[in-house]
Amino acid sequence: MSLAKITSVTGRGVCVPGADIDTDRIIPARFMKCVTFDGLGEFAFYDERKKADGSDKPHPLNDPRFKGASILLSGSNFGCGSSREHAPQSLYRFGFRAVIAESFAEIFFGNSITLGMPCVTLPRAELQALAAVIEKDPKAEIVVEVQNRKVICAGKSYVAGLPHSAHEALITGKWDAIADLLEGLPEVARVAASLPYAI
Amino acid sequence: MAKSLFEKVWDTHAVRTLPNGQTQLFVGTHLIHEVTSPQAFGMLRDLGLKVLYPKRTFATVDHIVPTNERAEPFSDPLADAMIKELRKNCRDFDITFFDLNSGKQGIVHIVGPEQGITQPGMTIACGDSHTSTHGAFGAIAFGIGTSQVRDVLATQTMALSKMKVCRINVDGKLGRGVYAKDVILHIIRELGVNGGLGFAYEYGGEVFDRFTMEERMTVCNMSIEGGARCGYVNPDDTTFAYLKGRLYCPKGAEWNRAVERWRATASDPGCKYDKVVNIRGEDISPTVTWGINPGQAIFIHENLPEPDSLPEKDRSTAREAFTHMKLKPGQPIKGTKVDVVFIGSCTNGRLSDLQEVARLVKGHHVKAGVKAIVVPGSQGVSKLAEEMGLADTFREAGFEWRGAGCSMCLAMNPDKLIGDQLCASSSNRNFKGRQGSPTGRTILMSPAMVAAAAVTGVVSDAREVFKN
Repeated sequence: MSLAKITSVTGRGVCVPGADIDTDRIIPARFMKCVTFDGLGEFAFYDERKKADGSDKPHPLNDPRFKGASILLSGSNFGCGSSREHAPQSLYRFGFRAVIAESFAEIFFGNSITLGMPCVTLPRAELQALAAVIEKDPKAEIVVEVQNRKVICAGKSYVAGLPHSAHEALITGKWDAIADLLEGLPEVARVAASLPYAI
Repeated sequence: MAKSLFEKVWDTHAVRTLPNGQTQLFVGTHLIHEVTSPQAFGMLRDLGLKVLYPKRTFATVDHIVPTNERAEPFSDPLADAMIKELRKNCRDFDITFFDLNSGKQGIVHIVGPEQGITQPGMTIACGDSHTSTHGAFGAIAFGIGTSQVRDVLATQTMALSKMKVCRINVDGKLGRGVYAKDVILHIIRELGVNGGLGFAYEYGGEVFDRFTMEERMTVCNMSIEGGARCGYVNPDDTTFAYLKGRLYCPKGAEWNRAVERWRATASDPGCKYDKVVNIRGEDISPTVTWGINPGQAIFIHENLPEPDSLPEKDRSTAREAFTHMKLKPGQPIKGTKVDVVFIGSCTNGRLSDLQEVARLVKGHHVKAGVKAIVVPGSQGVSKLAEEMGLADTFREAGFEWRGAGCSMCLAMNPDKLIGDQLCASSSNRNFKGRQGSPTGRTILMSPAMVAAAAVTGVVSDAREVFKN
């Protein structure tokens, strides 16, 4: 299986501020009553974006200035809570191709990398500076340089955090682990046979 | 060299190092349910792959099942499609399925231990973040996404970065009316909702040594709410006594060998931890949440915090929480009116939880105007609770006694809050909208505290409501 090498993501940004934004908020549980991920995009942040009657609430993702943004900015511990892959799937299908936050919850981070959606971190002050830039100029282009672990916007370059394993997986086009895992099958059989338990 | 249980189990199951530096880790036992598995089977079919070791995967249905009218087809066509899809996938790929008519159906994290599928020294994965529950047995158990469910089905392995280990000691004694739920809510309050990021939590100390398996499960269950993907307790005689005779556990001479092996899996004395936290049991009081994440918690006798008194990083979430919860800083949490009470979930839907609530509410009645439901965690729990007369006690006290499932913990079935109802809940998450209404409000607490809220109609100190 050959996948694209993800060395950088370029696009406009939108900031959904706040710490500890959980995956229930990203995709409420009632929208997980499905047997495919198709169609999840329209439900991203649904209860934050919509009133009970389906009309829009004021929310960055409803703001026409940020329409078409493909890079999401948020706060610390982004994606905490439920392990639902529906969360990054809905963001991806909404149109996001990268997330920049102060920190990420572990399961959300892994699920996002597996979709080829880089999640990079910036210190709080720099995130706030970046958010201020796009608030002032929503058309400002953001480049998430995965390869060089940098975020570039409005002529300024920020040093971004991305763990080695995710960095390697993205830039070599191996962000979906299945091919590598299948290659290891002979050794898997050996471990299976060596385990002291069988169910 | 002295090693922790985590390191021993990791080393036994490590297949190889992947090109990106992660470990290809063998998953000894895989659990699946209807919500996070259908897409994984879809991907498997698209790739033309089969399930490598079908006997290592077990399935049940829990999130979407109605808890009252359970005849099929379900009134919700989407839920009905999901159970049918799981049934088909289990049939097509030869996977054991604890279906509604099996007598073994229930919340996946209650069923695994109950059937003896969960054992010490295993690696366990499930497409559900509360898989950390199984760590109570000295297993390394973690929640995974759907693509990883596919990986485990196809290869019985997954790509994972090794975690560090944080040892959390709770020594001393817990006071009257202080439960395992209070211990974990207190730990999360102290260490933060992201304090466990990158760590496995190893729980130990005198309080854990005395805990029953069900109490240990309650704590391990909520490790993920503290940011730790897995949490565990070293296996001991309490563990073995719980497992002996369970369906999928070794029998006869095999049993003795297994116990010997399990005992050796425990962390070695003097092993090194990446971090150590010490907590005194005496310092923990009944704890309730007041906000929109499980770390926003206070003791029942405390007043709600002033956002400006909190560390700067917590202030904006605190303000957001006060707006959502319609609570006021500086006020007591005690006396807050509740509309709904929920006893159940993979955190507190086990027999001992129901026994304790039944003991307390006997002779009391649910306050007029409060909707009160008790949802057993599994059909096994349900059967025992009925045989022991607990279900009768609940009904007499004005609770609705329901069928087994996840129910109002995440409201994927018909059990939901309406509007801005406030729920005293024995579950694990108080996120905005978690219990089915975008404006619904949740206060997490122990089952005994939920019982106290049920009979008084307000958030109460169970120690004052129930004198026994």
